[in-house]
Amino acid sequence: MMPPPVHPQVPLSPPPGPSSPTLIGYLWRWLLGFPFVVRVRGLAMGTVSWGRALVTAVPFLWLLLFFGLPFLVVLKLSFSQAVLAQPPYTPLFSWAEDGIMVLRINFQNYLLLVQDSLYWVAYLNSLRIAAIATVCCLLLGYPMAYAISKAKAEFRIPLLMLIILPFWTSFLIRVYAWIGILKNNGLLNNFLLWLGVIDDPLPLMHTDFSVLIGIVYSYLPFMVLPLYATLSRMDESLLEAAADLGCRPGKAFLTITLPLSMPGVIAGSMLVFIPSVGEFVIPDLLGGPNTLMIGKVLWTEFFSNKDWPVASAVAVATLLLLVVPIVRFQKAQEETAKKTEEGRT
Amino acid sequence: MRHWRPFLLFTVLAFGYAFLYLPIMSLIVYSFNESRLVTVWAGFSTKWYGELVHNDQILSAAGLSLQIAVINATGAVILGTLAGLVLARFGRFRGRTAFTTLITAPLVMPEVIIGLSLLLMFVAMENVIGWPGTRGMTTIVIAHLTFSTAYVTVVIQSRLSQMDVSIEEAALDLGAKPAKVFFVITVPVIAPALVAGWLLAFTLSLDDLVVASFVSGPGASTLPMVVYSSVRLGVSPQINALATIIVGIVTVAILVAGYLMHRQEKQRLKMQ
Repeated sequence: MMPPPVHPQVPLSPPPGPSSPTLIGYLWRWLLGFPFVVRVRGLAMGTVSWGRALVTAVPFLWLLLFFGLPFLVVLKLSFSQAVLAQPPYTPLFSWAEDGIMVLRINFQNYLLLVQDSLYWVAYLNSLRIAAIATVCCLLLGYPMAYAISKAKAEFRIPLLMLIILPFWTSFLIRVYAWIGILKNNGLLNNFLLWLGVIDDPLPLMHTDFSVLIGIVYSYLPFMVLPLYATLSRMDESLLEAAADLGCRPGKAFLTITLPLSMPGVIAGSMLVFIPSVGEFVIPDLLGGPNTLMIGKVLWTEFFSNKDWPVASAVAVATLLLLVVPIVRFQKAQEETAKKTEEGRT
Repeated sequence: MRHWRPFLLFTVLAFGYAFLYLPIMSLIVYSFNESRLVTVWAGFSTKWYGELVHNDQILSAAGLSLQIAVINATGAVILGTLAGLVLARFGRFRGRTAFTTLITAPLVMPEVIIGLSLLLMFVAMENVIGWPGTRGMTTIVIAHLTFSTAYVTVVIQSRLSQMDVSIEEAALDLGAKPAKVFFVITVPVIAPALVAGWLLAFTLSLDDLVVASFVSGPGASTLPMVVYSSVRLGVSPQINALATIIVGIVTVAILVAGYLMHRQEKQRLKMQ
């Protein structure tokens, strides 16, 4: 008879030998998960450990209940109809008089999204503004992250702190600061008038431009930090080798630094692009009546029109739009996580 | 090219930091303005600070926001540490993909969608199990916990996967129970990440307007909600004063944290 293969990861049987416990002792130890501690990457909870199951279950169930399940509720509600009641929508399922469950699916909300050009314009405008803002953040953030990674070692942490510091102050207040700067008698226009560059104040506020400035300003740290993380991890010897072999700095940057920093570029771009598509505060405070963005449309449908089903349909459609970038972001996250673990071992 | 590269990099940094800080500076300067018109300088005055400390609406909203932020930060560190352990130490298990999705999706999910979906969830729960009856502080805390846990998890997971696991392994080999290993060895090592995560969750909660607006009920207004309704009416020097106070607190906190980290680093170098 072949001896059973030894799997240190899966100790299903109690350890052999004279110290083999009785059934009750076995059960007791099984409950505590004590003797069967397995080394699953360091801190082990044991394969049969209750502790391990609990540690997994608590955050998992929480997120499932308050993050996963709500999307199903939104999906369900997007097929119902708005009514003047509390809550203001019709139930999807109802019982008819003869005890048959009736399922009333209403495609009206989605039809509205397709037919009314307002929603199309809002979707396309959100995508356009978010894309331009992402490119601007990249153009400004990449040189900054590069410069920080090339700075003297003792300056790097303070410089990074200075990038993060605005993030710790209120987002709302930082957006508010731009109202005072961009409005017709605001600081920027007054400054330009004083310089004599312009004769009449430029209409900067309540335009796509002001929304763009607001997004770039608010999301710039989200671009710089992942970029810095990849740039600072880079192996300098590659660049030295290239220089030794006669490669010019410009070419070395394009052929070595840029490709190697792509994970940071992708993570940063997604961190800017995805939330700014659904941004509400910035288009609401800095944008004008013509700046339609999908987050603001959803807000108006919900708070002003009290049309919960249409708001849900808008949310579902936005999610469908963002599924591809979100999955892409997730892959990038997992790859970086893998790399840090490989870097450790 | 080689010659003026440092100059170029310096210019880039100067421009970038000017872009980040000039708006905040302008807020601070005009909070000391005598005139109600934010853009016309009419002399130095601290009267807006005086009005701010007597603004009961802002004060009570700030109190509520701080309470929510503290509860949220503490809860998020607990949930985030558990989730970070799962991701960094438990290897592959059934449902891991679902787990990572639930962790990373809140990082980028637009706030309007999180807010709407949670509100609808609360309404549905109320219909089915009769809880939570009134919306207010409890629902805001639950909502904030849900998205800040994701951020805290990322912070703690990255610290856990950089950490040297051999100490944990040694303790386990010597017979320590996993829970003891965690509290005696892991927690002290990842303590900076726990503090960073707590502060991050605290700020996220204090900063949130959109999600709180969806899930809050009548009577429960957080600080961002009050600031938002006042900002919508136009620029107000009281908000500038509030901004200055917030920037002041954050700057002091970061300087203290920076100093402590610097000192710790020095001690570590001395010991080596």
